[in-house]
Amino acid sequence: MAVKILQKYAIYFGFLVIFAVFAILSPHFLQADNLSNILVQALVMAIIAIGQTVVILTGGIDLSVGSIVASTSLVSAVLIVDVGLPVPVGLLLSFLISLVMGFVNGFITHFGKVPPFITTLGMMSIARGAALALKGGRPVGNMPDAYEAIASTQLFGRVPIFIVYMVVAYALAYLLLTYTRHGRYIYAIGGNRDAARLSGIPVKLYGTAAFVIAGGLAGIGGILLTARLDYASPIAGYGYELDAIASSVIGGASLSGGEGNILGTLLGALMIVMLKNGLTLLDVSAYYQQITIGIVVIMAVFLDSIKSLRAE
Amino acid sequence: MTMDRPAGHDPGGAPALLQMRGITKSFPGVRALSDVSFTLEKGEVHVVVGENGAGKSTLIKILSGAYKADDGEVLIDGRKVLMDNPQKALKQGVSVIYQELNLNPYMPIYENIYLGRERTNVFGMLRRSLSIREAHQLLEKVGIDISPRVLVKNLGIAQKQMVEIAKAMSLNARIFVFDEPTSTLSQAETTRLFALIRDLRASGCGIIYISHRLEEIFQIGDRCTILRDGVCIGTRAIAAVSVRELISMMVGRDLGQATRRVESFSKDHVVLRVEGLCLTDVLSDISFELREGEILGLAGLVGSGRTELAKCIIGDLKKTAGRIVLDGAPVSLTSVKRALARGIAYVSEDRKKEGLFLKHQVSTNMTIASLRRISRYGLLSRRAERELCAATQRKLQIRSAGLNTQVRNLSGGNQQKVVIAKWLLTQARIFIFDEPTRGIDVGAKDEIHGIMLELLRHGASIIMISSDMPELLALADRILVMRMGKTQAVLENRGISQEDILSLAVGAHSFAGR
Repeated sequence: MAVKILQKYAIYFGFLVIFAVFAILSPHFLQADNLSNILVQALVMAIIAIGQTVVILTGGIDLSVGSIVASTSLVSAVLIVDVGLPVPVGLLLSFLISLVMGFVNGFITHFGKVPPFITTLGMMSIARGAALALKGGRPVGNMPDAYEAIASTQLFGRVPIFIVYMVVAYALAYLLLTYTRHGRYIYAIGGNRDAARLSGIPVKLYGTAAFVIAGGLAGIGGILLTARLDYASPIAGYGYELDAIASSVIGGASLSGGEGNILGTLLGALMIVMLKNGLTLLDVSAYYQQITIGIVVIMAVFLDSIKSLRAE
Repeated sequence: MTMDRPAGHDPGGAPALLQMRGITKSFPGVRALSDVSFTLEKGEVHVVVGENGAGKSTLIKILSGAYKADDGEVLIDGRKVLMDNPQKALKQGVSVIYQELNLNPYMPIYENIYLGRERTNVFGMLRRSLSIREAHQLLEKVGIDISPRVLVKNLGIAQKQMVEIAKAMSLNARIFVFDEPTSTLSQAETTRLFALIRDLRASGCGIIYISHRLEEIFQIGDRCTILRDGVCIGTRAIAAVSVRELISMMVGRDLGQATRRVESFSKDHVVLRVEGLCLTDVLSDISFELREGEILGLAGLVGSGRTELAKCIIGDLKKTAGRIVLDGAPVSLTSVKRALARGIAYVSEDRKKEGLFLKHQVSTNMTIASLRRISRYGLLSRRAERELCAATQRKLQIRSAGLNTQVRNLSGGNQQKVVIAKWLLTQARIFIFDEPTRGIDVGAKDEIHGIMLELLRHGASIIMISSDMPELLALADRILVMRMGKTQAVLENRGISQEDILSLAVGAHSFAGR
């Protein structure tokens, strides 16, 4: 029984253990500034991970989200800084472009019957290439204050607004997946595509919608990143797609679809960022950080597979 | 030609090519074969017949080493052999030509023929020209004129079959098993296949031939063994048996008197009319009516097109011709969603593949097709869901640790009830049940029959696809018999027997002279 509980909540225990280890080993870890820093650093990836989880729940995968971050970032900067559009208009247009990229992913995957790995691998390259081509590979700096304010605002003079974004984004995702018809359809499509179709669910439509959600969230991620850094870089978001997949998987999502939950993804995303932060505080080099994260991902899935092996 | 003989020995005293003795095999909850014995002589075509689920496939799978028998023994040339994996069976000269062919479509013919035992030289390099030459000779032997370098995916189904046979010959097979080989062949291709089978017979091989098509059995067979419910009913020389006799052996007399339900809810009003429905290569010109409050049984053998018919009605398969009329008005049902909106629900045949979300909870499985009932503006009411599911669980007596349990933890019968619950909750008025009680225990079966009658009582109408003849005869008001995508007959369920249905399903009437 104890073993069962331990396995069911392994991700929570793992999170707490890592948290406790860092808290003991590093005097800086528990400081409020550092903790809020972790959240701020985690935000962009954590928001992308929501979209990734939605796609994974439908049985798909999206490798293009990191590149969509970069292209949205560049497009918004060009529209606002170079073209001189008002900030809200520029942001809205670049957000729309991220939705379109997600739609293309979904449409080709579900209506064109191309495996999502291939579609989004292609889109990964296209979106990254577009971001690089836009300014010949150069970044764009000096965003207007109104753009920066998206990231720099502090609530009550203390709480970074990023934390609010994170809470709102995850609350909405939780609501979508747990309390809406749409959410049920997402799980059903990944759980058993044939049964979903025969239950009258428009599988292709909702499957495409999942990619649109992923693209749009990547676009929001790109805007938030640009606001926080005050410049748009064509190599922004590099590797985010893999961190986002890792977050979903650590959080209990099954790559075959239909299984997983959004709070697990949040915990997975925080765990990855916390590991990077804590290891940096402990002066562990970035190389070893990567090794550690790799081990954590495999461990998380391994624990889960022991669980299902026992069930057999 | 071989005739009825004492088991296992021809008059000369030499042992039979193949003997299977006392073969018994059980699966959880089902006894697939009990104490079946079977003998195959050199130079004979031995036909195995039986209804769906009689145990033919299980017997073949034991012979080919795919299954291990619980009891019994297999002798080849009078010597006992152990066939616990397919490789051993191949070594003993047993080759099965399956319905779904076991060829790799992206490899050329010759590589397929020598797959796993490639011709190599001392350095382990492939000897391509040698294998191509040898493959060419084999293809000539089976009578297809095609280059061995052609990729298998470019071949027609008949040619693939020939390649399989060529492969079996290259393995020095002496026992050939054909499992429904002609189900996808044209008349000309069938004739050619039969010529090849006769050649194999003449060369002293033994052939086991499984088929539903009685006319073929009489064309090609020497002897015939009849299986029913996993028991061997008997072996007869084809020349000495009549169609009528064969059918009555397949059905069995003891099961003839299934008790038909007394209560009828059938009214004159026609709720659903199907007119001239066609689906390329599968269904041709199917027409029938479904009356309010009746159960229309759909009988037919596996592959007769019953499931495809159901899927055409609900719009999951795109029919190529014909129309569907609901309450007198033609409707266009182009998706499952539309069919559901018009009150037609299809309870699929394969509950694990097409019905259930095995890793999801019982309650979410139940409500997935009717979420609109428990939601407003797309938002679900968990409470409404819980109440609805709890009430349904009570009504259908679904035995489950709770509504939150994963559905895969339930027994087969209870899983089936969850599938039925899903469709009951849609409040449809026309239900198509596809094999509603296959593979579940007797108690659950009765309960499901009860649920169906309850539906009728409340004005629903049912189409029931079933291979379980006693079930059809007990429940159906009328029975539509299908064969090879065509309507054979629509029978009023009064005074008809399993023999009548089976005769129509196998097409016995077309050569009733025998």
